[in-house]
Amino acid sequence: MEQEVKLMKGNEAIAHAAIRYGMDGYFGYPITPQSEVLETLAAEKPWETTGMVVLQAESEVAAINMVYGGAAAGKAVMTSSSSPGVSLKQEGISYIAGARLPALIINVMRGGPGLGTIQPSQADYFQATKGGGHGDYHLIVLSPATVQEMTDFVGLGMDLAFKYRVPSMILADGIVGQMMEKVVLPPARPRRTDAEVREQCPWAATGKHGRGHRNVVTSLELESSIMEKNNEILQDTYKLISANEVRYQEYFTDDCEYLIVAFGTVARIALKAIEEARAAGIKIGLLRPITLWPFPTQAISDLAARVKGILTVELNAGQMIEDVRLAVNGRIPVTHFGRMGGMIPTPGEILDAFHRDFPNA
Amino acid sequence: MNIQDIIKPENKTYNRPRLLLDVNTHYCPGCSHGVVHKLIAEVIDEMGLEDTAVGVAPVGCAVFAYNYIDIDWVEAAHGRAPAIATAISRLNPGNVVFTYQGDGDLAAIGTAETIHAANRGENIVIVFINNAIYGMTGGQMAPTTLLGQKTATTPYGRQADLNGYPIKISDILAGLDGTCYVTRQSVHTPAAVRKAKSALKKAFQNALDKRGTSVVEVVSTCNSGWKLTPAQSNEWMVENMFVKYPLGDLKNV
Amino acid sequence: MTYTFNNYLQNIMAKIHGAITVDDKRCKGCDLCVVACPVDVLALQPKEVNDRGYHFAYMANPEKCIGCGSCALVCPDACIEVYRVVEQ
Repeated sequence: MEQEVKLMKGNEAIAHAAIRYGMDGYFGYPITPQSEVLETLAAEKPWETTGMVVLQAESEVAAINMVYGGAAAGKAVMTSSSSPGVSLKQEGISYIAGARLPALIINVMRGGPGLGTIQPSQADYFQATKGGGHGDYHLIVLSPATVQEMTDFVGLGMDLAFKYRVPSMILADGIVGQMMEKVVLPPARPRRTDAEVREQCPWAATGKHGRGHRNVVTSLELESSIMEKNNEILQDTYKLISANEVRYQEYFTDDCEYLIVAFGTVARIALKAIEEARAAGIKIGLLRPITLWPFPTQAISDLAARVKGILTVELNAGQMIEDVRLAVNGRIPVTHFGRMGGMIPTPGEILDAFHRDFPNA
Repeated sequence: MNIQDIIKPENKTYNRPRLLLDVNTHYCPGCSHGVVHKLIAEVIDEMGLEDTAVGVAPVGCAVFAYNYIDIDWVEAAHGRAPAIATAISRLNPGNVVFTYQGDGDLAAIGTAETIHAANRGENIVIVFINNAIYGMTGGQMAPTTLLGQKTATTPYGRQADLNGYPIKISDILAGLDGTCYVTRQSVHTPAAVRKAKSALKKAFQNALDKRGTSVVEVVSTCNSGWKLTPAQSNEWMVENMFVKYPLGDLKNV
Repeated sequence: MTYTFNNYLQNIMAKIHGAITVDDKRCKGCDLCVVACPVDVLALQPKEVNDRGYHFAYMANPEKCIGCGSCALVCPDACIEVYRVVEQ
């Protein structure tokens, strides 16, 4: 398959990107608003072309454990779900992190808590960036704002997962999952051969194949001194990721006096608000974190040294604001504007909130 | 004849299985797990599967099964082994994948994963150790605990109104279209051990032949949990467990 | 093959000699081999224990052993190996 330009939903783009990336397996369970991922894969029948395995599991719990099994075998595997389903996956994600396996998990967020709503939300920020399951671990969390990024982050997320042997997550809001945009689909690349898997993943449970020693994929270690070392390996990996993989985008920050920090689709709405403010002579800039973990702490800290205040805009009650405040460390006011329950702010509402919080601007 | 004349390499008729690693198991004296591990190690070796077998270990007493048999292993979360085995088997059809699960792992917390893997007819072997108790956590009630059986969480005996009934999960699995072979075995006598071994062999052959899911239940003892000696446990098992869980093939197509 | 009393009689007539070795460091003294032995060869050491404190199994009546392997089959710790000689 050559590069192609298409119009499609974010969820559909994920499916096409996965096939073109050479993904070995997808395991999922239907839940609104992301069911198009599995539906598109089922319609595309990649098992007949690339040999990719696509399986509708009996539950999100089973799906994430299939991902764990596939990752343990050194395969490039992924799952997708939405908030209540991702809660169910947390056990498996913790095991994947603990066993140091690469995997890609996609959360197309809907509003909660509980069954909540099928409408868009960003209320799983804490869950995604602070661990989510039990134990000291992190995911690499990518936040797409466009259908193009939905496409690109499938490959990026899986590549980073293999590079560091950690699970990656694409944390998308329901808006970018459901909306249609022009997207450039990358040319297809072949899946890795079994020999390549064995060479590139010498730790994988592929069957010994004359290796001479057995591979055991586990997160269990009852000897405390060894378990502490296992934890230290994870923490060293997270330090490395924090040093190398922070991604963000800045808009109008050269001359800004105030800053808005927003991620995902909300950043696009905030950008519209900022353009309107600038037309009225108010110099606001935007920082859009692309990696929510590792968080662009240094970039925000640097901007905090030269702006008067920061407004965070989120589809939640104020979650990312905690990381912004940690970066700012009390130097300037940091305020929050959020909508919940599936409500989406307009540019006008964002500007109103800005003026409410910074009346002297 | 002198013993020295008998104990010579050329007279050897029974070896410790080659694929059992040279370590002591953590199991209690007399535990059935050790016998089943031995049989799996023998079957994998005799069938030439050392390089292609992948085991999926459970949570429970057999959580460290991967320390004992010299093949590749994945350690599962509690109850999830059949989901993990599903993915490995589908992604690497050249592998022969088996799960090794206890009664709590397979028939309580992992019921959904077990039933649906079997119902999809995954080409895997499920080895199911049913000793009617949770050994690892200190002898609490299992889904297969018999009515009247005393455990740490049924100190006055399991009562149907309080605790429900013992589940015959293999019978349920035998009723699914995806299973090709469901059998209930034991390892309490030399004859039973031989039968259990041929059942395991058949199950692994089914996986090689892509015939669907095979389930080998081994009705087992937990002498520590049952608070009996190993020999008494075998007697108690014959008298009580075999009544609820009779030995034999439940399905063989 | 199930070992029966008739086999036993035949074995005596054919002069079958058996012996076993017990990995006494690995043996946990569970007694299952003692129970499984059809000819009362085995016993647990009455006093001696191994490094882990177990009264390990040994051939108390070695002359009776017919090398049938029953002990080895039921041994949960795979610490028994079996030898057998058929005297013509």
